Amino acid sequence: MEAVVQKNAKLNVNTVAKKNRIINLVLFFLLSVGAVFMIAPLLWMVSTSLKDKQDVFSLPPKWIPETIHFEKYIEIWEKGPLLSGMINSLIVAVTVTVVGTFTSSLAAFAFAKLRFPGRNKIFLLLLTSMMIPYPVVMIPQFIMFSSLEWTDTLLPLIVPGLFGNIMMIFFLRQYLSSIPDSIIEAAKIDGCSYFQIYYKIVLPLIRPAVAAQLILWFMGIWNDYLAPIIYLNSPEKQTLQLVIASFNANFAIQSDYPLIMAASVVALLPMIIVFVIFQKQIIESIAISGIKG
Amino acid sequence: MKRRRSHQSSLYRKEKIYAYLFISAPVIGFLVFTFVPSLYSLYGAFTDWNGLGQMNFIGLDNFKALFKDEYFYKAMYNTIFMMIGIPIGVVLSLLLALALNRGVPGTNVFRVIYYIPVISSIAAISILWQWAYNGDYGLVNQFLGFFGIKGPNWLQNVHTVKPALIIMAVWKGLGYTMLLYLAALQSVPKTFYEAAKLDGANALQSFWYITLPMVKPVTFFIIVTSVIGGAQIFTEIDVMTPNGGPEFSSASIVWYIWQKAFGNFQLGYASAMAVILGIFIFIVTYIQFRLNERSRFDMD
Repeated sequence: MEAVVQKNAKLNVNTVAKKNRIINLVLFFLLSVGAVFMIAPLLWMVSTSLKDKQDVFSLPPKWIPETIHFEKYIEIWEKGPLLSGMINSLIVAVTVTVVGTFTSSLAAFAFAKLRFPGRNKIFLLLLTSMMIPYPVVMIPQFIMFSSLEWTDTLLPLIVPGLFGNIMMIFFLRQYLSSIPDSIIEAAKIDGCSYFQIYYKIVLPLIRPAVAAQLILWFMGIWNDYLAPIIYLNSPEKQTLQLVIASFNANFAIQSDYPLIMAASVVALLPMIIVFVIFQKQIIESIAISGIKG
Repeated sequence: MKRRRSHQSSLYRKEKIYAYLFISAPVIGFLVFTFVPSLYSLYGAFTDWNGLGQMNFIGLDNFKALFKDEYFYKAMYNTIFMMIGIPIGVVLSLLLALALNRGVPGTNVFRVIYYIPVISSIAAISILWQWAYNGDYGLVNQFLGFFGIKGPNWLQNVHTVKPALIIMAVWKGLGYTMLLYLAALQSVPKTFYEAAKLDGANALQSFWYITLPMVKPVTFFIIVTSVIGGAQIFTEIDVMTPNGGPEFSSASIVWYIWQKAFGNFQLGYASAMAVILGIFIFIVTYIQFRLNERSRFDMD
């Protein structure tokens, strides 16, 4: 009797497992089709960048050109301020993230671990800035910066960021609240100044959270378009996203799509590389932000 | 009593001072770059501000003019229309996340591939897709040509320009929402499904009665943040349809604000629009915070 029951059970397990495998195969196929849709435009962009100007307009269209032309990747550096664009973007992104991380983490430490009157109220006030979108403040900020004669410089893009990032403060405060107070109190008893506590204890502890937020912030600044386009007019002052947009506007008339695509590929590559290297931290950080919602 | 308080406060006072010092930067930043400018915008909306020093109070004139402004209505309509992509993206990414959650081989590779459009700059993606939507040589029409369909000149046709932008937006955002759903799905306790199966539930019932409610917070988060983001689209319009599209059919609200402020220097008028946009987003965010609190239930 038991043998029969066991045999039937085994048969059931086998058919369920087989059904599962078929479903998984179908899903794998569908996911792959989807992945093709995701990656095809990007591959096509690369393919266009390797063609000759005329090849682009050949019908039927060829994805892999007969002769691969790398010249466009050399031309882009001469035909427009691509290098200065990258340097400008780098200057803004690095300055803001490095200094801004310092100010944000310091503030997060205070909000999470130090006691002072108005702590929660002030934090809530800062949080409301998340509800005020950039378009609401962009006009007055512009007037303020132009009265300082900071238009057409990188300063309006850098200075606000130096004062901290409320998202980062929010996350770090959250992260810090799960660290026991006793560590901090022990350091206080040992005579550490608050700054030493921040530097020697808090900072090393929150390093993973900081890293993830910093990378996301860096990417956000690198990819920003609206703020730079308000302030930066001269080509040599423009950041990378503006430079490739001007490539697009200027060279589309000449139908030099390989040049435009090559510039765009070069503009995309740094962030893709950063993502591939730090994907674990980035994905974890985003997943957590979604759950905490 | 008095002695105890002064004994506490010397240590407490030091902590207070340092705390205020530590938070001074973000607070100053908030006041200077967010709080004061918002008030300025609010005031400016009621003036004839023109960036050249003129700023006289004109009451509701800007808002009355907005009321009659055809372009304002078009921009609002365009912006809201293009939010159709949000439910499409939500459904697609949930399905993708469900598929990925089954542990098919290559999960990490899929995650990366689906996420690359997300981290790509919107400017570069807009440039790419503008070329992809080219009527004669673009990738999209190439693809349609396979099926014998002659695709339109997407970005120049008043009927197809918005759908084109919607498709691009869904493509770009899929990886992000899929990731959020994947994380949410993985946090649903397997015991729930096992219990349901013991009670005789099939896959569809499990999905409807367990999965869907359990990911409701994430769905909500995605919809609200997407609405807030969608209300502010600018770059793709400026890069792909530099003058607001055929018959102004792709201009977004922020694009129109930017035009009026930095193109025509009608700062008062632009501020009025910005204030309306700000109030809309504020209401949406507030709703999110309140509803999120209510629907939050903690399982041990």
